[in-house]
Amino acid sequence: MTATIGHSSILLAFVIALAGSVIPILVPRDANERYLRFARWGILGQFILVFLAGSALVYGLVMTDFSIRYVVFNTTRATPIYYRITGLWGALEGSLLLWEWILIIFSGIVAWVYRDRHREMMPWVLMVLSIVSAFFLGVIAFVSNPFEIISPVPMDGRGLNPLLEDANMMSHPPLLYTGFVGLTVPYAFAMAALIVGKLDDAWIVTTRRWTITAWFFLTMGNLVGAYWSYHVLGWGGYWAWDPVENAAFMPWLPATAFLHSVQVQERRGMLKVWNLSLIIIAFGLTIFGTFLTRSGILSSIHAFSSGPVGIVFLCFLAFVLLCSFGLLAYRSDHLKGQPELDSMVSRESAFLLNNIVLVSALFTIFLGTIFPLLSEAVAGVQVSVGAPYFNSVTVPLFILLVFLMGVGPIIAWRKASWDNLKRNFLWPTAGTLILALGLFIWTVREFWPLLGFTMLAFVAFTILYDTALALRARRRIAGEGIVSGLITLARRNQRRYGGLVVHLGVVLIILGIAGSMTYSREREATLGLREHLTVGPYLIQFEGLRGKQQPTHYLVEGDFRVFKGTQEMGLLSPALKFFPAQQAPVGRAVYESSLSEDIYLILSGFSELDKNHATLKVLVRPLVIWMWIGGFIILLGTLVSILPFREKDRGSKMED
Amino acid sequence: MALRRLIVTLAVIAPVLWLLAFGFQRDARHINSPLIAKQAAPFTVTLFDGGKLSLSDLRGKAVFLNFWASWCPPCRAEARDLEAAWQKVKDKNLVFLGIALQDTEKDSRAFLEEFKITYPNGRDESGKIGVDYGTWGIPESFFIDPQGRITYKHVGGIRAALVIAKLENAAKGIVSAQEGKGDFVPVR
Repeated sequence: MTATIGHSSILLAFVIALAGSVIPILVPRDANERYLRFARWGILGQFILVFLAGSALVYGLVMTDFSIRYVVFNTTRATPIYYRITGLWGALEGSLLLWEWILIIFSGIVAWVYRDRHREMMPWVLMVLSIVSAFFLGVIAFVSNPFEIISPVPMDGRGLNPLLEDANMMSHPPLLYTGFVGLTVPYAFAMAALIVGKLDDAWIVTTRRWTITAWFFLTMGNLVGAYWSYHVLGWGGYWAWDPVENAAFMPWLPATAFLHSVQVQERRGMLKVWNLSLIIIAFGLTIFGTFLTRSGILSSIHAFSSGPVGIVFLCFLAFVLLCSFGLLAYRSDHLKGQPELDSMVSRESAFLLNNIVLVSALFTIFLGTIFPLLSEAVAGVQVSVGAPYFNSVTVPLFILLVFLMGVGPIIAWRKASWDNLKRNFLWPTAGTLILALGLFIWTVREFWPLLGFTMLAFVAFTILYDTALALRARRRIAGEGIVSGLITLARRNQRRYGGLVVHLGVVLIILGIAGSMTYSREREATLGLREHLTVGPYLIQFEGLRGKQQPTHYLVEGDFRVFKGTQEMGLLSPALKFFPAQQAPVGRAVYESSLSEDIYLILSGFSELDKNHATLKVLVRPLVIWMWIGGFIILLGTLVSILPFREKDRGSKMED
Repeated sequence: MALRRLIVTLAVIAPVLWLLAFGFQRDARHINSPLIAKQAAPFTVTLFDGGKLSLSDLRGKAVFLNFWASWCPPCRAEARDLEAAWQKVKDKNLVFLGIALQDTEKDSRAFLEEFKITYPNGRDESGKIGVDYGTWGIPESFFIDPQGRITYKHVGGIRAALVIAKLENAAKGIVSAQEGKGDFVPVR
């Protein structure tokens, strides 16, 4: 029953989406109004049906309806309710339904919010959204159907992959998918602008909040994924340059470039082709990402089981790229006649360089990701590309990016005079050089870490200095103190100050990455009872093993007392979980965080419980906590950027 | 002008798409073994019957080394075949050695009993032997010649006839050019 409701809803929604995709091409020009109304009803119809289908699957999961194959493979009777719900996106078929669900919600919002605006573009926007929706609905309906029935009905399910039984499972995929799907909206507007020929900044201004929001979710999705890896997987790392991780990160790069580059088009009418290309590439990469995860062409620990779905996604990717770039080429004559760069030392050129660096990073990561394929296709040689390659090519690029984060927001438009540069950068640069000297004298001697930390300090100093100057002006003009001054500044120029706060958040994240990449230490040893292991200032003493039965697994914990110097930090108990359906145990590492470093304990192995021997691996990871703090700062900055603050006396430009 | 751009775009996108399509034709997890014609890595296993066995003890004889696990269906499928092959050749100067990977002692013993395996079997407790031989899918079978060189590797289920044929090749020191493939499951 549930499965039938779900499957038929999807089929019906697919038909509606298909109609919405095709009709704008068929109707005559002046029937736009009629089409618009039809399209809006169509989206509403899809919305209701997809909601119905999604709810059906969630209902099936929560009620452990084992007549549905998907439920069998993703839950058991013993699975707690919250993990049953996350089962919705635990495997391939359900994850596509989640994607479509988010897509139709966003399409609905677009159809509603812009119902009285952009009359010329809206039919095409809704058409593009319908095409994407039709694709996903088609895949769900015909290729990987979550509502497939299984007969005879089994007594119990196989369960969610135990690695997915974690709180982060509730946030990471939805956040990431929201980011991916969010990029569809600016893409649809870009396509509409190309089709209609309205290539000024209307489509950019309209989608500004969408872009920022999508970027925010993409950033958070990746960050939570890194946190999950660090927190759960038990190897003390947060990023492995795994193909699927790269697939989630790659759209972020052109999205970031796009976010910044559109400001140049708004101000000066430049970089139009860049902006259109960037959003096409960003959206294309989201499709590429889902393709990579589901096709099985590259081996990855994240990959869903492969099937015919890969070929379908590749075809859609080809369709998207060819149509989008085809349209761009078709309209290329209209995109000429833009102003030239006045000077290499200007905000425009900083943004241009920003684009170039981000696209270069994207290219190198993309190349590294598909290199195994390339090498085998061309030379028949099997290689795998790992962290060393990615780290060596991305570190210099990202340090350059950090530098641009410091220069970009402050440097003048058009042409920065020497006076202007001196006024804005003298003190921050001086402070940075002093700090760099201090770091060098203290302990940071290696080139890349020193350069990295120096650049991060540069960004922080430029932001603080610029804000301090603005606050001083507020105090002089209106007698405002620091807090009210900050509030006024943020209200009057949300974009700028929201952006600066986000930059600070990014600085903190990169600080955490730089610290943990450069100065981590590790040691491993097998300890008997009361024996200890030392790493740096830490002493870890083994106190015994404990085993106990949990609802879904058998848990073996090792108790370790941690001392820092003479101070006791407490008892940490890393564990190994033994699931009945899996032969190898799942590790649960534990760690203690402080602002300066994390001490991370992994139970690698143990003897029989009564013999009380344990193999312990200890990692000391500096500055990691700043990555998560940076994430919160980014949240704050994004809110400042997009929340609608109303200024009573200001006739602000209607941006939406 | 527009046409030229279109062609350039196509010229860039098409090869990438072709490359991705090429990816469908190969198994991403398949890794060609660099170990063929190289010396087999030494190891010592504790046998289920008791006692220890080192690979170096088996110098002078051709060895059929088989990695398996009780939870692996293709291993179950080939188990009877392997025992049958052993029965055929056990009077000759050939050795069969099975190594249980990523398995518990209880389950391994149950497996051996179920299929009435009589040739020596041990357990790879630390996982090091599996790593040394680069096992990525089980069952995996290695054929080692009397001088300790790997002559053939077969990933996946193997039939008795092939076992005997390759083992005789190994005894003569003949190295196979190609790896063999059958049904397998990836290691955890």
